[in-house]
This record gives sequence, C-alpha cells and structure tokens, in this order.
Amino acid sequence: MKFDTPATTNPIDQLKVVGQPVDRIDGRFKTTGTAPYAYERHDAAPDAAYGHVLGAAIAKGRIQSMDLAAAKAAPGVLAIVTAENAGKLGKGEYNTARLLGGPEIQHYHQAIALVVAETFEQARHAAGLIKVEYAPAKGAYDLAASRDKAKPAGTDDEPADSSVGDFDGAFGAAPVKLDATYTTPDQAHAMMEPHASTAAWNGDKLSLWTSNQMIAWSVGDMAKTLGIAKDRIHLMSPYVGGGFGGKLWVRADALLAALGARAARRPVKVALQRPLMFNNTTHRPATIQRLRIGATRDGTITAIGHDSWSGDLPDGKPETAVLQTRLLYAGANRLTRLRLSELDLPEGNSMRAPGEAPGMMALEIAMDEMAEKLGLDPVEFRIRNDTQVDPESPKRKFSQRQLTECLRTGAEKFGWAARRKPMQARDGRWLVGLGMAAAYRGAPVMKSAARVRLDARGIVTVETDMTDIGTGSYTIIAQTAAEMMGLPLQKVVVRLGDSTFPVSAGSGGQFGANSSTAGVYAACVKLREAVVKKLGLNAADAQFVDGEVRSGSRAIALGDAAKGGELVVEDAIEFGDLAKKYQQSTFGAHFVEVGVDAATAEVRLRRMLVVCAAGRILNPKSARSQVIGSMTMGAGAALMEELAIDARHGFFVNHDLAHYEVPVHADIPHQEVIFLDETDPMSSPMKAKGVGELGICGVAAAIANAIHNATGIRVRDYPITLDKLLKDMPLPA
Amino acid sequence: MKPFTYERAGSPAEAAAAAARRPEAKFIAGGTNLLDLMKLQIETPAHLIDVNGLKLDTIEPTQEGGLRIGALVRNTDLAADERVRRDYGVLSRALLAGASGQLRNRATTAGNLLQRTRCPYFYDTNMACNKRRPGSGCSAIGGINRQHAVVGASEACIATHPSDMAVAMRVLDASIETVKPQGATRTISIAELHRLPGDTPNVETVLEAGELITAVTLPRPVGGSQQYRKVRDRASYAFALVSVAAIVQPDGSGRVALGGVAHKPWRLDAADAEMPRGAKAVAGKLFADAKPTEHNAFKLPLAERALASVLADARG
Repeated sequence: MKFDTPATTNPIDQLKVVGQPVDRIDGRFKTTGTAPYAYERHDAAPDAAYGHVLGAAIAKGRIQSMDLAAAKAAPGVLAIVTAENAGKLGKGEYNTARLLGGPEIQHYHQAIALVVAETFEQARHAAGLIKVEYAPAKGAYDLAASRDKAKPAGTDDEPADSSVGDFDGAFGAAPVKLDATYTTPDQAHAMMEPHASTAAWNGDKLSLWTSNQMIAWSVGDMAKTLGIAKDRIHLMSPYVGGGFGGKLWVRADALLAALGARAARRPVKVALQRPLMFNNTTHRPATIQRLRIGATRDGTITAIGHDSWSGDLPDGKPETAVLQTRLLYAGANRLTRLRLSELDLPEGNSMRAPGEAPGMMALEIAMDEMAEKLGLDPVEFRIRNDTQVDPESPKRKFSQRQLTECLRTGAEKFGWAARRKPMQARDGRWLVGLGMAAAYRGAPVMKSAARVRLDARGIVTVETDMTDIGTGSYTIIAQTAAEMMGLPLQKVVVRLGDSTFPVSAGSGGQFGANSSTAGVYAACVKLREAVVKKLGLNAADAQFVDGEVRSGSRAIALGDAAKGGELVVEDAIEFGDLAKKYQQSTFGAHFVEVGVDAATAEVRLRRMLVVCAAGRILNPKSARSQVIGSMTMGAGAALMEELAIDARHGFFVNHDLAHYEVPVHADIPHQEVIFLDETDPMSSPMKAKGVGELGICGVAAAIANAIHNATGIRVRDYPITLDKLLKDMPLPA
Repeated sequence: MKPFTYERAGSPAEAAAAAARRPEAKFIAGGTNLLDLMKLQIETPAHLIDVNGLKLDTIEPTQEGGLRIGALVRNTDLAADERVRRDYGVLSRALLAGASGQLRNRATTAGNLLQRTRCPYFYDTNMACNKRRPGSGCSAIGGINRQHAVVGASEACIATHPSDMAVAMRVLDASIETVKPQGATRTISIAELHRLPGDTPNVETVLEAGELITAVTLPRPVGGSQQYRKVRDRASYAFALVSVAAIVQPDGSGRVALGGVAHKPWRLDAADAEMPRGAKAVAGKLFADAKPTEHNAFKLPLAERALASVLADARG
C-alpha cells in the first residue's frame, strides 16, 4: 500500500481496541520467565557450548603475538577464534570498527578472541590464560583538543551545514544576545540485557538467536561479514531486554557466536560480559555545542546559530546535535554546523534520540538563559518564537505542531505560575527550583511489511520482523490487527523478530510504532478484501465486527472465510512524499521541580511532568511507559551519566554498572505524562507518530534550568554533579 | 575465574587452621564482594573456606555494657537490631546507607570490614594497580580519580575504603576479635585494623595470614546525637563521595569519622577535640595533610559542609 495522500476515515478510527490502555500481551511471558531471550534458547539449541570474549587491552595499535597454548590446553576448551584463524571476514555496513580485531586494534576492548568451552566458567578461565603482546600506538582521545581539526560532516539525510539569511549580521546587531558553549559527555545505553547471541550451523545455514532491534539490517551485515548469502542466515530476535539503539546492528557477540559454532562444530552462545559492554559496543558520542541566539528586546529571535562538535573513529559519523535547531524555533537568520573529529575511542553511534537528545540538552538551556536576559518567562519566550512552518523553508508546514498547547497545558497543570526568581524558594535544607524545557523529536517513517493469516477458528496471526525491545510492539500490533479485523485482542496472535517474516521498519528512531502498525494495517486491508471475496460479500458495505463479517442482512463468522484453508496475505506500507511536503515531528513540554541540598549541593528531583503531542496514541499505557522511561534516562543524563575517559590509555574507565551510574528508583519522583489529543493524517493511516524518544528530549535541560532556579548557578557541562555546583554555593546560614 | 576447591569449616579455629594450610585460601561468608572479584580474576584464591556455618551470627550484650556482634551477622539484621537502633544509631544509619537491600541481606559484619576498594583501575586487570599487582604502578594517579582519597594516600595508591559500616564502627571505637591459625585469639581496635596504603597498598589490614574475624565488639553506649550523612551522586546504591559519622554530645563535644576520603575510615583525635568549635575547625584538623587531586579537591569543602550540616542537625 502506498501512502501518499493524507489518511481519511478508516477502521482504525473506531478506536475499539486501538487507543485503549491494554496491558502488554507479552508481559506475562516476561514476568513468568517464559519469554526466551537470545542467551536462553535451550529449547532450540540444547547442547550449546559457551563462548567468552577477550577484549583488547589497548585502545590503538597492533597485536604482536598471541599465545593460545595454555588456553587451548585448559579443561573443557573446544575452540578459540581469533582474527588469525577466523578466515576472511568483511565488515558490516552499519559497523564502523571491525567486530573481531587483530592484528590491528581499533579501540579498547575490541574483541580479539572467543574461547569456546563446555561451560561458561571453563571458557572464562581459559580466556584469562591467553597471553597477548601489544605494540600500542598513539591515539586521539580528547574531543576538545581535536576541535580545531574537525571537519564538516553530515549524514545521508542531513547536510553538515544549513544557513538562512545573514546570521552573522543579525546576531551582531541583535540588542539582546547569548553566546554560550555547552558540553555533553559520552553516554552508554546500559541496557539490562547485554548483547547476547546463540548460533547454530546446519551445513552452510546459520540459525542465529540474537538480541537485536533491526532484523533485516542485521541479516545483511552478518552475511556481509561472514561472506555468505543472506538466505543462508535465519536470524531471530523475538524478545529483547532493552536496546536504546545499542542493538540496531550486529555486534561482536553475534559474529563470534557464529564463528565459534563453526569452529566447535556445535551451537555456541555468547553474551558480552558486562565490563565489555561500555568499550566493546557503541555509545552516544560526547558533544561540544556553541549556541548563539540574538533577539529583539521584546523577545523575538532574529538570529539563531548552533555549532556542534563530536568525534568518532575514522569513517564514523557525527552526533547530529543541531537537527532540532533547524526546526524548533522561528528566526529569520539561521546557521547550523556539524563538525566531526577523528578519535580513537570506541565507536560512537545512535542512542535513544540521537541528535536531538544531546542537542536539546544544550539548546534548551540556551533558551532559558535567553529568557532570563530578556526578563521573559521561559514558557512565554518559547511561545513567542513558535512557528507553524519549517523555519529553514517557510513554504513547508508542519503536519501537526502543538508546541504552544503543550507549553500552556504543562504550565497550568504543573503550577508553573508559582515559580519564583532564582534562590527564592526553600524547603528545610533544600533549595527548591522549577525548570522547564520544550521537547522535540522528529517523526520519521520507514517502509514496513507484514503478513497476516486467518484460520478457520477466526484467529488472525500477524508475522513481521518488527522487534519489541520492551516498547510494546507486540501489543500495539495486536491492537491494530484486532481493530482492523473486528476481533477481540485474544483472537490475535503476533509473531515478531524473525528474518523469515516480512521486513518491517524495525525498532529505532521512534519510527517503529507508527510504521510497523501501518504495515499491519496495509496487510489487514488486503486480508479484509480476501475475506469479502472468499465469502462472496459486497465489499462496499462489508463490516468487520465482533468476529463477524456483516453485509446487508448477512452475518458470517470471520473464520468461515478460512474453512477451505488458511487465508494468507502480505503487504507493506510505503511512504510517499508527504514527509517531504510536511515536516512531521513530535512535540512536548517538560516541567521539573528539584531540590538542591544547601550544604552538599546534592540534587534530587521532586516532581516531573511532561505534555506530549505525538499524533494518535496507540496505547496510552505502553506509551506512558515509554515516556517515563525516557524521562528517567534524561534524568540520568542530567545528573550522573558520563563515560569517563582516561585520555592516557584511551578508554572509558567506568565500564560497569557500579561505576557508570544510571538512576535508581530512589532518584525518580512522581512522573506525570499528559498526551494531547492529536491525530495526524499526514503521518500514516494510523495517524500516529512515536513517543519512545520524545520523552528524553529536553528533560535534562529542564532539570538544569530547575537547578539554576534553585541555586542561581548555571552549569553548562553535563552531568550536573554536585562538585560543579559546590564552588559557587554560599555556605548555608 | 580461576578454578578453586572448597570446604566448609566446622569451627573458627578450624577455619583459621585450614587457611594456614593453604596459603592461597580465602574465607568466604556473604560473598557479595569476593565472588565478583573472582569472576573478574582480581581475586584468584585456589581454595575457599566457607565460614557461613560457624554460628557467629548472634548479637550479645557484653559484661562491659556493650554489644558483641558475631562476624556473620548480616548487615540487614545488624541494622534492624533494636539495641543497635537505640544505642548505636550511627551504625544502623550507616548500614542502611550502604549497598542495596539484597546485598545487605547477604553481606556480613566481618566481610563488610574487609571489602576491597571500588577504584575502577583495581577492577580493570589490563591496568596497572599496586593493590592488584604490587609494583605495577597506580593508574588512578593522573587518571580518573574523582572518587579517590584526599588524605592518607601515598605515591603507590590513592584508593578509598568503600564501607559505610566501617566508618560508623570507627566513630564508635569498635574492637575486632579474631582467631589465629594456632588458635590464639586477639582483639584489634578498629583504628588499627585497616592500614594506610604506604608502599604496600596490597596489604590492607593488620590481619595475619589465616587470621579470622570472629566478632566485632562495641563498647558501652556513649549516647549523644548519632548521625550518618552519606553524600553521593545518586540517591541510593552508590558509594560515598564523602560520608560523615558523628556523635555529638549536648555540650558540643563529640567525635567524627569520615568515609570516602581515605584508605580507611578517617578519624583523628585532634579533630575530635575541635568539635565544640565547629565544622571548619574539625575539617582543618582532619585535612591538615590532605593532598587532593584536581578531580577530587571538591571533597574537602564537601566534607566540611556535610559535617556542618550534621552538626546543625545534631543541635537542632
């Protein structure tokens, strides 16, 4: 199905199932341990041996020698895979560094060997017996130091630079202006389930159970890396214990499980050890961001400029931290630039809301600072500079843009009017502050296909390679099929994450929910046609209600259409140029109350509220879970998350969950999520968008702004740890 | 993990004797720290002597009016003990500020004292560490050391002791009872138990090879307002940047020990003597010989401010 004209009324609009806050249908499997994860496929590969990964001990250089003798002789060892014995390997399109290093080492903890043994403990012990001699080379690990050598770098979709009007002239002439630099650190996905895979060969055919967000990409990259045809690979990822972008691609666990299984001639499973997770895999790159905003005295932005510097391995990509600045606020004179340095740190790549998440961390403090300079309420300042058109090409409208509504609703519900000037509110030992920020994230769409089956019992089975990374895909897909076919949820079976199923959008970029359900919608439209035809009904008045198909005076059980055999159809949603004609984005407004300990400068969140306008909300319960999860992740970014770089050795030092702190329950207060009523007919037949990433965008800045309101201190370098506040905090009276 | 053998000891003396027979042996109780370190090959004992069955898990009053806490009393049980809560509030508060509920359910009194540093370089076997590999150097010096010691450190090591409980024990003047392999027992003051790193940061306590802690004794209660203030980057489940254990008497005298600043709980008589004069005076003594790094210099004002806050609470 081609989607190239705005959606009109369709069966989804009934909202009997879609739009209802139903529980996740996979929830009981997960809570009862009956949802098998990739490392737990004892059912499918009962005799799997265990692989243990050895990571490089240097960040850059070469392996001079590897002595495997002691490891090979250790009890239980079945095979050892290294670059030397693995055969010729390619490199995946989505990988920057090679997944199996050696002799050249590209980053710290790059995998250099897999030891396969009968037990996990044997494999781990033997891995410790491998002796490696390195010839380290000098590397570049300091983003700030490399800033002057950075080069313009865009992406496939976005240019490095954009400019409108005369930024320099307008900024220079602006009566009120801000020129400030902000930094965001490298951050880790730190998901609960590490990268994990079980691999089994049957002849030249590979079965790979792996924890992955993008099935088709990963089949392609496994094939490319192994040098085999894609149809030789069966990749399965039905359950994923968190990804956040870290599992958009195949990683070392998957490749090494496949190579280990080949070498040991039996199934092998590999989970990346937690201490490897931070340097072996990808991370969100650090940024340095310079914001320049000029405005008239009444608060109209006349010039807005945003430069962002980030680093990555050679042939890597920039963190696109200026994207939202191209679209969020009005202003006649504009300039944005992305610059990229070559660094020898581990590979940077997508993490939840790449671009906007760190970009909004900077932009939305800058907006707060500007409001302060202008003597304007920060909510009012944003409303004053709202726009209904793409500010870089004003002929292009937003499909839906309710930023102002989000801001006003949030301000009212949160009690924003009670906010005082900085350092005025106190509650016992706590300095209390309120802060806010806008939320913005694009709403991209991707082609997505699904197959639907109808059997004689009236059960509809959906098959698509879409993944559910804890987001609720199973549930919203079931809701979509149930709505389309006039069935209760219990009559729908959803099967996901299998490369034998039609190729979906996958889970990433906040495009999964809207795109994949639209693909299911398309397949269901086709199934409805097949049912009507099979039953000899009049397509014009056929209705799918309560498990029946009704037409004129006839009412036939849906399953009857499959009496002569299962009906199977497949279709894909393919998006035309509506997304080009109209800018499609999601919007929101964050409001936060913090307490800052007057003595120790410890920051504790007291309340959080977000208002989201993100198209039709397919399931308010799972959508809320996505948003509060995002807000929690944003709180981590604001207050504690930072991969600490040892610039002498070139690695992230805090590479476990004790040293890389993410929020715990005690850090997160009551969180309120309000979804504005919105349907967006430009987005898809579902009229939905996505919310999985919107919630993280802006929340860290709202926290930073609240801290400023509490203390009068402006911290521009994340995370805002107490040591950055303490020096400017007066001793409590 | 290196393969190891395992035995269950029948009595404390037997456990100590068994350890003396096997120089590469370690005692295991709660295992909340040792097992992690073994998995990472930071600890590589060839033999484990399980002491969990030694029945050292009771809390009894002493003749002197104090409490004798069995080495195997779990942190959760110790924190919840009515006598501890009533007479040694600083200890209960410190325990509850540490780790997580699950860990406290397993972790023991003696094990808590003997837990090892959380220095990230200690945890990465690719990096030089004089604690892990004597003579290899200290990667934390000149590296990422925001968490590290500001006082009492050496050119060989700037690690901190991570315990909360030990800081409270230090301010309470606890004593450590042990049994040696030959069966002799002795009592060590908490002040003497942990060593400063000096040239041998790998030697962390004065315990001899095979010597087993059997109990920790608290002297008669000293009353006063007992406070424990732990300052950290997140609200729970994090090691202290700085912690303050203080006992403040109505006349303003008192004692204070700091956590998160040194290789051992940090308390000085000269600092205690300054208590009536307030936090600045106390901190001045505690940090008279401080040598912070660029990244952890904030701990000095932080400790002083936390102490001021504690003193204000105690007065209030």
